[in-house]
Amino acid sequence: MVDTLVIPLLKIVIVLNATLVAVTYMVLLERKVIAWAQSRLGPMRVGPYGILQPVADAVKLMIKEDITPVRADKWVFTAAPIISMVPALIVYAVIPFGPKITLFGRQVSLYITDINVGLLYIVSVASVGVYGIILAGYASNSKFPLLASLRASAQLISYEVAVTLTLVSVILMAGTLSMVGIVDAQYNQHVWYVIAQPVAFVLVLIGGLAETNRAPFDLPEAEQELTGGFHTEYSGMRFALFFLAEYANMIVVSSVVTTLFLGGWLPPFPNTPALHFLYAIPSWIWFFLKSFFFLYVFIWVRATLPRYRYDQLMRLGWKVLIPLAILNLVVTGIVKVMLM
Amino acid sequence: MQGWLSILIMIALGAGFALISVVLSSFLGPRKPTPEKLAPYECGMPPVGDARERQSVKFYLVAMIFLLFDIEIAFLYPWAMALRDLGWNGFAQVLLFIALLLAGYVYVWRKGALDWGGDQATARRRSTIGD
Amino acid sequence: MAPETLAFYAFGAVAVVASLLVIAQRNPIYSVLLLIASFGALSGLYVLLDAPFVAVIQIIVYAGAIMVLFLFVVMLLNAPHEETEYDERVHPLLRPGPMRFGALLALVLAGELSWALTRSGDSGRFPAGAVASVRAIGRSLFTDYAFPFEVTSILILVAMVGAVLLARREGRG
Repeated sequence: MVDTLVIPLLKIVIVLNATLVAVTYMVLLERKVIAWAQSRLGPMRVGPYGILQPVADAVKLMIKEDITPVRADKWVFTAAPIISMVPALIVYAVIPFGPKITLFGRQVSLYITDINVGLLYIVSVASVGVYGIILAGYASNSKFPLLASLRASAQLISYEVAVTLTLVSVILMAGTLSMVGIVDAQYNQHVWYVIAQPVAFVLVLIGGLAETNRAPFDLPEAEQELTGGFHTEYSGMRFALFFLAEYANMIVVSSVVTTLFLGGWLPPFPNTPALHFLYAIPSWIWFFLKSFFFLYVFIWVRATLPRYRYDQLMRLGWKVLIPLAILNLVVTGIVKVMLM
Repeated sequence: MQGWLSILIMIALGAGFALISVVLSSFLGPRKPTPEKLAPYECGMPPVGDARERQSVKFYLVAMIFLLFDIEIAFLYPWAMALRDLGWNGFAQVLLFIALLLAGYVYVWRKGALDWGGDQATARRRSTIGD
Repeated sequence: MAPETLAFYAFGAVAVVASLLVIAQRNPIYSVLLLIASFGALSGLYVLLDAPFVAVIQIIVYAGAIMVLFLFVVMLLNAPHEETEYDERVHPLLRPGPMRFGALLALVLAGELSWALTRSGDSGRFPAGAVASVRAIGRSLFTDYAFPFEVTSILILVAMVGAVLLARREGRG
């Protein structure tokens, strides 16, 4: 009873709450880092160094007027942010934050579940995520959101092809679809996949930026040409859900890249006896450090790079990333069969 | 099955959180609608015409090509899992498969379906695909 | 009732009700959304059948790709409501043209289904775990079903050419 119901439920609640807190603080971190990049201070008013800013934001968004435009499709307009939010949250079900550990004399795994098609589960959830954006544009019945949502969904599906094609190379390397299995494979093969699959790593990272609508691929929200993008007509909590979903997706991409390419919870060079003292740091801390690194890179990229033009974006996705992914796949296949 | 139950619970909790926050904010927030506030936003001008007009066929084309690639990739997952049992034979099969995919890809590329305007060279080649 | 049986009926009910609502809707966007819900329920059924790979592929290909295409087409054509040119009071079988053909097809399908269901018996039973492992699927796909697999790629090639041809501008190229 305790093992089959209470512990999984407890883990789900903890992970969901931690995600939501992390997401709100991710917003603050982004504002801070971008401010520093531009020699500003960022939020400083709410709490010391602005650390209570997320709380203030949450309260503000909660008590704002939530407008439904008169021409909008009311039901779809409300459903769209929810459809956006749910996929961003449920991916964490298969992300391993650590291996099995013993806690209070009980074997506890630091992941919610380890289904044998874990990686494909993530792909499937990500492929459903696009509906939130399409439906928001459709339901708003307004010109800017409609244009933005068509653009955004075409962008998302284009980069989805490149990313999923690349993931096949990772599956080839690991020989498993389980997320825990992929980390174990990196341990057993004595190499992080960022070294064994550098091309795949770069492709997934670029694809991840595009899939989360982050700069330099933030065309769906290009303020200068589309006002607010697909959520122009949204306000209050429904807007907040889109916002939260975007940041939750960033954390998802960081965690997935960490798991697939940086050995998840493993310390650097996990098989080198000389570096075994690194195991003194708990596994989940390694995981969070690596994920945090990618989150920082995401913000850094946003502070540095200008936005792509739409034709450049599509050209990069279809004419550069996809051929590279196919080439990488074929080469990986050849090497794999030759080593057998 | 245990793992999938967790996922189901997570879907329920996630949707519940989103739903509750939307419902809660509709109670907490003020509600003072005016016709101007409820009009579609068009940079402050009175909205002109209807938003739902016919859009470029390009988007359809991208979705179609995406779908075809997606189906191809769906076949590659089991292949990647089983390659160690299949050896060169399995590799050759997928090579043929990918070659045929590439033939279609090159065709789509040459026909300009992947061009979205921009520089002059692509604009000239773009001739055959309508907007 | 075992939890699995309960889940089966729950997913089955969602799938059937959503599918019925798909054809009862006038707004094509709602139809598309309900069809996605139906696919989601089907995917749940696949999980219950111990075929998780089929379940995720159902979501990736059907819900994540085919329905995106449908949604795009609906939004691009922007047909706000189904056009009803026929007389609503006349029985579907008596209406002219495509309606009659559609009703006829539905009847044929119903006949076919009941025929298949009454004689299904023990045929097509898999050994336990045959579809549970993606590796096992891969092995049989690339040994026993190698030829159909390669034919699929030709089908996809034809579809690509067809899509480009359909989108071609009239009178040029």
